[in-house]
Amino acid sequence: MEKQSIKGWLYLLPAVLFLGVFMVYPLIDVFIYSFEEGYNSASQTYYGVGLYNYRYVLRDPYFLQAVKNTFILVAVTVPLSTGIALLISVALSSIKALRNLFQTVYFLPYVTNTLAVGLVFMILFKKTPYTDGFANLVINWFGGESVDFIDGPYWAKMFVLCFYTIWVVMPFKILILTSALASVNEIYYNAAKVDGTPRLRVFARITLPMISPTVFYLIITGFIGAFKAYSDAVALFGTNLNAAEMNTIVGYVYDMLYGNSGGYPSYASAAAIILFAIVLTITCINLMISRKHVHY
Amino acid sequence: MANQMDYEMIEKRAKAGNFAVKALIYALLAVWGIVVLFPFYWMILTSLKSYSAYSSEFVPQLYTLAPTLENYQDAFTAVPLGSYFINTLIFTVATTAIMLFVTVLAAFAFARLDFPGKDIAFVVFLSLMMIPNELVVITNFVTITNLDMRNTFVGLILPSVTSVFYIYLLRENFAQIPDELYYAAKVDATSDLKYLFKVMIPICRPTLITITILKVIECWNSYVWPRLITDDQAYFLVSNGIQEIRENGFGRENIPAMMAAVVVISVPLIVLFLVFHKKIMAGVARGGMKG
Repeated sequence: MEKQSIKGWLYLLPAVLFLGVFMVYPLIDVFIYSFEEGYNSASQTYYGVGLYNYRYVLRDPYFLQAVKNTFILVAVTVPLSTGIALLISVALSSIKALRNLFQTVYFLPYVTNTLAVGLVFMILFKKTPYTDGFANLVINWFGGESVDFIDGPYWAKMFVLCFYTIWVVMPFKILILTSALASVNEIYYNAAKVDGTPRLRVFARITLPMISPTVFYLIITGFIGAFKAYSDAVALFGTNLNAAEMNTIVGYVYDMLYGNSGGYPSYASAAAIILFAIVLTITCINLMISRKHVHY
Repeated sequence: MANQMDYEMIEKRAKAGNFAVKALIYALLAVWGIVVLFPFYWMILTSLKSYSAYSSEFVPQLYTLAPTLENYQDAFTAVPLGSYFINTLIFTVATTAIMLFVTVLAAFAFARLDFPGKDIAFVVFLSLMMIPNELVVITNFVTITNLDMRNTFVGLILPSVTSVFYIYLLRENFAQIPDELYYAAKVDATSDLKYLFKVMIPICRPTLITITILKVIECWNSYVWPRLITDDQAYFLVSNGIQEIRENGFGRENIPAMMAAVVVISVPLIVLFLVFHKKIMAGVARGGMKG
């Protein structure tokens, strides 16, 4: 018996080692960092313990800008991407011909490098002295004025960021929703058919309640993912996000840690913990709402 | 007779209505298909235009009549794209291999062995799934820096190995294998390790392939950790390479060459996807996450 127990832990040992060193220890350490005031990473010393790091971060205009950007991004992309994904998934499950082809094509962005395709988006939307770019070409077709979406006004930059984020998260949502729709029992639809129920009614009264757990799952993971947005913004606006006014909370954490304004793990930790607190709060609210509206 | 006419009219109208709805549905799907595919079309198209042709287009052309491959040559000669590629390959293969080793052993212990503290350990593992990477990356950065492992493959790989979710996924799969097989193997005096490799792993091969593919995708696209831990170009992965190319390579205006680099970087995963698309989509539907 004794041998058996050692053996069990022996098999677990690699996983425990990796998780201990790179997950459990850092998790504790990040809280310690966030309370150490005036931490110097070169000499590894600090002056005192307190809330100074949190105060500093919460007063930093760059952080406030990042929070604003992140909240706008979340508020725009989560409802829009979930809604469009729902529309497309319902459309997908109502057809037979070409369905597999569409499904495969829609999933393509999932496997592509965010940084690489982001560069393509930048070129599509960028306006330079040599060319107005493709997006502006389309705008001009409809009689609009050219806008520089990459170095121009704030709303234009935010639009591209939201657009690209939606493009990136769509494959996952469509995939999950189509498989949820496929699992709705045919009996309910047949019953509705017998009663001659209109399409919209069928959707609102049968389809939506049946897939509501999946929709809420997507909303919750969507919130979490959007709050952690970072590489999409880097792909579009480059690594100096503060200069572009397009930084996100995660971007702020990494900038504090490393890069031109880096070397402050304490501020980074405080910002990361604030982010975690925001995400946790929103997730709890979501779960509370979902308990009221989701049919299991 | 008049009634008969009415029925025909109603039927016709219903058919026309149905047709209109179908057309609308296909139009919607086609529009989204174009939105998805257009960036890919644009990057291939731009990569085939010569620099001079591209620069002289004030209004972007939607096609090219004089495709050229010189941008691809530039992509490999003017910037170290080949070395970014090899780095990413080393990183991906090593990370995935170590991840598989760790995951298989841990999943086996949780699914098959009995030892004191197993249940508590499993609950702790599960709760670790909820820890966002952003919280732990700060200390990991400091740890790796203090160990003097910046700009090394070891520093890149080690913190990227752990995936609690895959351990969980594989454990669930292992647990479905009937106990009778294990007892039969025990009667034949088969060692646990041999049982794991000769019975469990072959049975759970589909799950292992799914995990492997998902991890490969994750590694190939990883950006944040490599960016923090490498500032020496010799250790850049493709994501960092793309960012470097964008900011310093080729000169800012040589967009066709940049697009050639983007195409080269995207091709491996797209090929992987086209070959394994059923497996990948099924794997992600079972609970994959991006990043």
